[in-house]
Amino acid sequence: MDTIIQIFPYAIAYTIPLLIVALGGLFSERSGVVNIGLEGLMVVGGFASALTISKLQETNPGEAWVIWVGLLVAVLAGALFSLLHAFASINLNADQVISGIAINMIAGALTIFLARNLTGSGNIRVNGMDRGDVRFLSDIPIIGDLFFKNAYATTWLVLLILIVSTFIIYKTRFGLRLRACGEYPQAADAAGINVYRIRYLGVIISGAFSGLGGAIILVTYSGEFTGSVAGLGFLAIAALIFGQWKPLGILAATLFFGVATTVANVSQVIPSLAQIPPLALKLFPYVVTLIALVIFSKSSQAPKSVGVAYEKGKR
Amino acid sequence: MKKDGFISLIAILLGLIAGAILIAATGNDPIEGFTYLFQGGLQNAERIGNTLATATPLILAGLSVAFAFRTGLFNIGAAGQMLFGGFCATAVGLTLVDLPSIVIVPLMVIVGFLAGALWAFIPGLLKAKFNVHEVVSTIMMNWIAYWTIYYLVPQYFKGNTETESKNLPDSATLKMHWLSDLFGGSYINFGLFIAAIMVIVIAFIINRTVLGYELKAVGYNRSAAEYAGISVNRNVILSMMISGGLAGLAGVVQFAGNASTIQIGILPSVGFDGIAVALLGMNTPIGVFFSAIFFGLLYSGKGFMSAMTAIPPEIADVIIAIIIYFAATSVLIKKVMDYFGKKRKYRKEAVESNVGEKVK
Repeated sequence: MDTIIQIFPYAIAYTIPLLIVALGGLFSERSGVVNIGLEGLMVVGGFASALTISKLQETNPGEAWVIWVGLLVAVLAGALFSLLHAFASINLNADQVISGIAINMIAGALTIFLARNLTGSGNIRVNGMDRGDVRFLSDIPIIGDLFFKNAYATTWLVLLILIVSTFIIYKTRFGLRLRACGEYPQAADAAGINVYRIRYLGVIISGAFSGLGGAIILVTYSGEFTGSVAGLGFLAIAALIFGQWKPLGILAATLFFGVATTVANVSQVIPSLAQIPPLALKLFPYVVTLIALVIFSKSSQAPKSVGVAYEKGKR
Repeated sequence: MKKDGFISLIAILLGLIAGAILIAATGNDPIEGFTYLFQGGLQNAERIGNTLATATPLILAGLSVAFAFRTGLFNIGAAGQMLFGGFCATAVGLTLVDLPSIVIVPLMVIVGFLAGALWAFIPGLLKAKFNVHEVVSTIMMNWIAYWTIYYLVPQYFKGNTETESKNLPDSATLKMHWLSDLFGGSYINFGLFIAAIMVIVIAFIINRTVLGYELKAVGYNRSAAEYAGISVNRNVILSMMISGGLAGLAGVVQFAGNASTIQIGILPSVGFDGIAVALLGMNTPIGVFFSAIFFGLLYSGKGFMSAMTAIPPEIADVIIAIIIYFAATSVLIKKVMDYFGKKRKYRKEAVESNVGEKVK
């Protein structure tokens, strides 16, 4: 039990950015656009927030609002950058996977290029966010220890976004339209919905969330922008599929990745885990994902028209 | 196809222009930057040799991605296949050190190919039998390769530092002294010939064999191919395996040709650049060959450029990325071309009709 309480905050810290990015991917794919550029959009968010926070921290050392400004800038930068993908895949009917790859490449190269012009090494260091206990709630036994002690404020922000997103997708008019565009855009169009507009919104939301995810990594556990997020964007896409394009499924999938990765990372210092070969622990999440993909393949809940460009006159 | 080639050239031009704008925007001189960039890749025999050597794994990785593309598969896992193929070849080279070069090098090449093919067989099988999307499964395979090599190299082939394997002896690499000497001491090696041979072999397979015909048929329309009696599942698996094998070869030429050790803790970026090479080369073997050499030129020239100017070397990656974006959105270029094409045609028609009236 102590072990679990020890590693849980780390697992959560790893899960949260993955969760928000996968949620972003959910909006994009539900609208019918595959966004494999999540990785690049995360990098853009990380860069934008690193730049903002490092500049602001020079003049306002130790102030908490600086970090929130950084997160906001990351959201805007991610949304703005995702327009490149939206334009290519919605207006120009480009292959969405290729466009996404191009987004990843541009983001990775451009941010490092700009960072080098600014700092020389291409890395930008910032002072991250402090962990804190939530008052009263942290006194609850076990649950308080697991969730309310040593938690980042961004964790609560992301969980709030998760709840709001679930509500939006299933209970609002916009959510219904979003899902309709991903399932059968011709019917949505016939019903008077502007498919292009909905898809643009889907992609922009995915950009904003990915940007936020990249920035959260920066202000929580990494503390430094290095021009890469080490494949987390792709892992988020896997979590999206693993979670069967449903918000709660995504929460479960990302939590699984978070716990599995953290266990693998700390296995050497925990006696009961040290006996298992570290390689096996490292491979565990990826192998399980492959197995899960096989199991779910028969009953895939993927939006029917995801990845297919919508052309008005086409039947 | 000719039109597609023209679009690739326009994409390159637009990418270079965008790069120039970026250089200028960060307060440097674009003309000076590009001069050094191309000088760095072409100035003398050694630099040309290095450009070709840099292009070698890119050719093979590009072929790998392009081959899968022709069957409608997106092999994003070339990096993992490269790593695993390169690792297995390195393992053979380090274990069977005593064998003569003429035996061990071909063995390493074959093992590299087979290991890459094996690594791609799994996503191919999952795609064929369970319809698991190959983009996700190959990404998972990339990370499985990454961690496998991360633990196996230090355990069995630990080199001078924690993060690399032992050095392969020269007899177990693709290095050729006469070739290096010919190019002024460059690290160009036999891998270039392997790549060139594979370009011809793959072009032959795609264009001149029943296998190539079936693979393309599956790529164009799976249902129609199935209806025509072509086994889609068999072709999907086979295409992935050949694609993976080519990526494995890219690993061999990278880790036992251009370098003589294998690094842990990185997925080789060449694997991802292969996607860009394939796209720019329009998924044809010959197109892949030339686009890989162009990318090799940018990559080998960027170090010289950043040494001579204040421009960061990543400008080369930015240019490549922008080229790929323009190649992906080639519809736009096509539309513009058609627009001007039509305009010219109308003008011509107008002129001709005027001429006609005058004759009357």
